[in-house]
Amino acid sequence: MNEPLLRELVPGVIGVLVRRGADFASAEDAVQEALVRALHVWPEDPPRDPKAWLVTAAWRRFVDATRSESARRDRELAVELEPGAGPVAGADDSLWLYFHCAHPALSPASAAALTLRAVAGLTTRQVAAAYLVPEATMAQRISRAKRTVAGRSLDEPGDLATVLRVLYLVFNEGYGGEVDLAAEAIRLTRQLAAAVDDPEVAGLLALMLLHHARRASRRGPDGRIVPLAEQDRSTWDTALVAEGVAILQAALARDRLGEYQAQAAIAALHCDAASAEETDWPQVVEWYDELLALTDSPVVRLNRAVAVGEASGPDAGLAALAQVDASLPRHAAAHAYLLERSGDLAAAADRYAEAARLAPSTAERDHLTRQAARVRQSLRG
Amino acid sequence: MKYLLLKHYRGAPTAPNDVPLDQWTEEEFATHVQYMADLSDRLRASGEFVEEHALLPRGTFVRSDGPGKPAVTDGPFAETKDLIAGWLMIDVDSEERALEVAAELSEAPGHGGRPIQEWLELRPVMTGSERPDW
Repeated sequence: MNEPLLRELVPGVIGVLVRRGADFASAEDAVQEALVRALHVWPEDPPRDPKAWLVTAAWRRFVDATRSESARRDRELAVELEPGAGPVAGADDSLWLYFHCAHPALSPASAAALTLRAVAGLTTRQVAAAYLVPEATMAQRISRAKRTVAGRSLDEPGDLATVLRVLYLVFNEGYGGEVDLAAEAIRLTRQLAAAVDDPEVAGLLALMLLHHARRASRRGPDGRIVPLAEQDRSTWDTALVAEGVAILQAALARDRLGEYQAQAAIAALHCDAASAEETDWPQVVEWYDELLALTDSPVVRLNRAVAVGEASGPDAGLAALAQVDASLPRHAAAHAYLLERSGDLAAAADRYAEAARLAPSTAERDHLTRQAARVRQSLRG
Repeated sequence: MKYLLLKHYRGAPTAPNDVPLDQWTEEEFATHVQYMADLSDRLRASGEFVEEHALLPRGTFVRSDGPGKPAVTDGPFAETKDLIAGWLMIDVDSEERALEVAAELSEAPGHGGRPIQEWLELRPVMTGSERPDW
């Protein structure tokens, strides 16, 4: 049985149970149990209609769980089993689930965990492995998140911006345990793009595809970071690039620019260039200006300074960087990079070493340590 | 974000209520142990608990003496050396929350039933986050 294909059915099945009157938390539990059962039974005895099988199995579990509880909580359940306001149409089943799991009342980490379990259909064990925490901890995190969003009606408008932020967060988590979270985030964003017509959803999908297309080149065989200028562009997945660019162009044509479309445009300009030198840096800077107008984010300002260094020379980049808050993560790394390009190798080596001390991850620390060593070596001639 | 909370046998600044364990009453000790267990349970229930371990106070410094040569040890930790007593790893939403948990751990009751206000070392754990393209 193809597990990812099976998981595609999860949001729809939860939706059916909720429309039949189950509360979200119990429906999600029941579907999760039916899923585990399916993985067990289907290899020997494949169903004719997988979704119907899951609905039947999950509903049965929900009713059983309700009965055993109802002995204790009859009156409460009578209230809980009042059918809630159903979603507008079948295709929206998964849509309200996205909004529900990425509710603004949840912390980003909790929303990501709940989305991975309820929308992506991962098991708690898989989510725990992806985030390197014990399964019991993740189980608690997910059930608390479910309690937080319990009882929220299904027809209140969801916050699409929050959903996109959560999906992008999952995407950037990369690869954890047995599950490729980047691929999972792409799958979920595809589903969302099919269910909701919004250029920013398309923009996020394009951004993920364009980023994912270059994944193989971003790390060396030993896991080391390979900077953009040194990436082997022949390994970029041209089919993904083409798809990402097509999705982005269709979104941009609708003239409702947002931060994900702008970021995707920058990624597309990188993918367009046969080499780092051939990148249309002036246009990259223009997109960063758009992005700044949309977000006014210090991180965008930092990345823009690096792009200015490529477009107008390192001194212009350094001038732009001087306008950026120096306490920002990766400020020292950007500073070192621009100093090296400006030819001030002694200062660059010192900044690389400082950036390595401040690096948030081991891969970055090792990368910056090597940069410092390389520049110091060239100083010694 | 994961943080490591380090407890020290030795090497941290002296706590306000720093009375050696052997001078506590049995009840004070039981209260202390219960407080620690309850805190861990609360962190499990909130989905923030990752791992905790206590370390024996005995230990040695070890190094290789070159390829194919047996390891060299310099015996037990000298009285001047920093000595880790154990750790608690948490996974929380913010640095503020990490500080809150550390303060709660430091509040553990000790001699006289009063908080020890032990100094704890709070260290961020490196992540695997992706860096931007440059």
